[in-house]
Amino acid sequence: MADLRELYQDTILDHSKKPRNFREIPGATAKAVGHNPLCGDRVTVYLRLDAGNIADIAFIGQGCAISKASASLMTDAVKGKSKSEATRLFERFRKMVTGRPGDPIDASLGKLAVLSGVCEFPVRVKCASLPWHTLEAALEAKQETVSLE
Amino acid sequence: MARKDRMAKPAKMLLNVPAIQADFPILKRTVRDKRLVYLDSAATSQKPKQVIEATSDYYSRYNANVHRAIYELGEESTREYEGAREKVADFIHAKAASEIAFTKSTTESINVIAYGYGLKGKIQKGDEILGTVMEHHSNHVPWHFVKDHKGAVLKYVDVADDGTLKMEQYDDLLTRHTKIVTVTLCSNVLGTINPVKEIAKRAHEVGALCVVDAAQAAPHMPVDVQSLDADFLAFSGHKMLGPTGIGVLYGKAELLEETEPLLGGGEMIREVHLGWAKWNDVPYKFEGGTPNIAGAIGLGVAVDYLTKLGMDAVRAHEMEVTQYALEKFDRLKGVTTYGPKDVKRRAGVVSFTIEGAHPHDIASILDVEGICIRSGHHCAQPLMERFDLPATARASFYIYNDLDDVDALIAGIKRVQEVFA
Repeated sequence: MADLRELYQDTILDHSKKPRNFREIPGATAKAVGHNPLCGDRVTVYLRLDAGNIADIAFIGQGCAISKASASLMTDAVKGKSKSEATRLFERFRKMVTGRPGDPIDASLGKLAVLSGVCEFPVRVKCASLPWHTLEAALEAKQETVSLE
Repeated sequence: MARKDRMAKPAKMLLNVPAIQADFPILKRTVRDKRLVYLDSAATSQKPKQVIEATSDYYSRYNANVHRAIYELGEESTREYEGAREKVADFIHAKAASEIAFTKSTTESINVIAYGYGLKGKIQKGDEILGTVMEHHSNHVPWHFVKDHKGAVLKYVDVADDGTLKMEQYDDLLTRHTKIVTVTLCSNVLGTINPVKEIAKRAHEVGALCVVDAAQAAPHMPVDVQSLDADFLAFSGHKMLGPTGIGVLYGKAELLEETEPLLGGGEMIREVHLGWAKWNDVPYKFEGGTPNIAGAIGLGVAVDYLTKLGMDAVRAHEMEVTQYALEKFDRLKGVTTYGPKDVKRRAGVVSFTIEGAHPHDIASILDVEGICIRSGHHCAQPLMERFDLPATARASFYIYNDLDDVDALIAGIKRVQEVFA
């Protein structure tokens, strides 16, 4: 059962059942919709940007435990950060979930490290990445729906 | 697993499942150190060694193109390829082997019908094509083309909450404007077996044709195109023990004559000149390019395998496994199954959802247990929308599955519930 627990750690289950920042932001300065047609996951990320900083971030949507927990952890992780800090964090996050089991985990990922088990389940990488791709689209103020296929 | 439950199992299965399992090399492997429990045959079936060996035998002993090589190898390959066509024709009770064209898939077969009979052929602006809400995308999208290019009108028969077609609505939608009725014989999500014989009869009464998607039916139950009075019927090899990349298009002889080919090229022509060509006879005009020879031969052997078991026995076995599964599912709290409850009206496809667990998570957790199921929309988004479901998990059974596999699934579901408790 070792690998199952790696994927579904308590923190992940907690964030999927009680997602943080799970709301809309009225008058958001940016928002984007992400969609994974394979599993029907759909996430909307809202941003309130203030002088290039993420003053507030929230999300709504439906999806699997991994995508929901990832979205929840992401909102906690990037709140208060600058746009470029958020983008760099996504880069490190992507490296972790697409890496090899046992690879050293970048300490700056903090709580996001609980999603490192995803790398053992390549089909779930899209679930974990969807919120981040959606955040990226919102930061770039792309209007169209992000679709991961 | 409680001993009481084990004892509730019927003493004897209708098929000799252990002997069947021994024919499938893949079932000997493990997944994440667990016994492989393969419950995704509605997506693609596993292959018995007889089929694997037949395709390998073709490549190692008599690989040659069909219908053109003037040497012994080519005669052998042509004989085996055409022999496979005969077997498929017998399998679905076609009047003649010439009513069987090999394609690459059910999808291609339906596209040939939509394009060759609909778009390039008989369908005019305002003609109505009547489908159903439970169709697979492959029986939706080709008809969208006919709508877009010819101005045909698409209408759909809805599905009732119990997973059956609303037949009274079918009667209302069927008019003298209806030219084609297209319906699946068996739903890949709900398992529903549709009353296609009755549907075809009513279609014929208004002068419409009946196109049948048999992708989920042909592998699992006796299919008789003459008894159904199907005008066209499509299915795939890979869901019925055969190789991937081989499909079947059945059509009544006179309708195949009226259908234009989708692929132009070698094999499908009688003569070619600069600027024009005459097509080959039915069914060869639908087989442009070198066909999937190994695939067709493998499918022929798959048909042999199923015929030897007997399609009545295959169906009876799956009814027994499905009945057992539905009873077990019924006893689980927080788990919902979809489709008809009566196994006489459904096939061995069980879509389900678990309260508080997304189907993707269900599939991942079962995967850790060595159990393969499908999760998602099953290429049937209109049906998922009808039931307001973003996704479901789906277990599907075949000849190599037994009640132990169902027990493993149920134990896996309980594990999912523990994780998400």
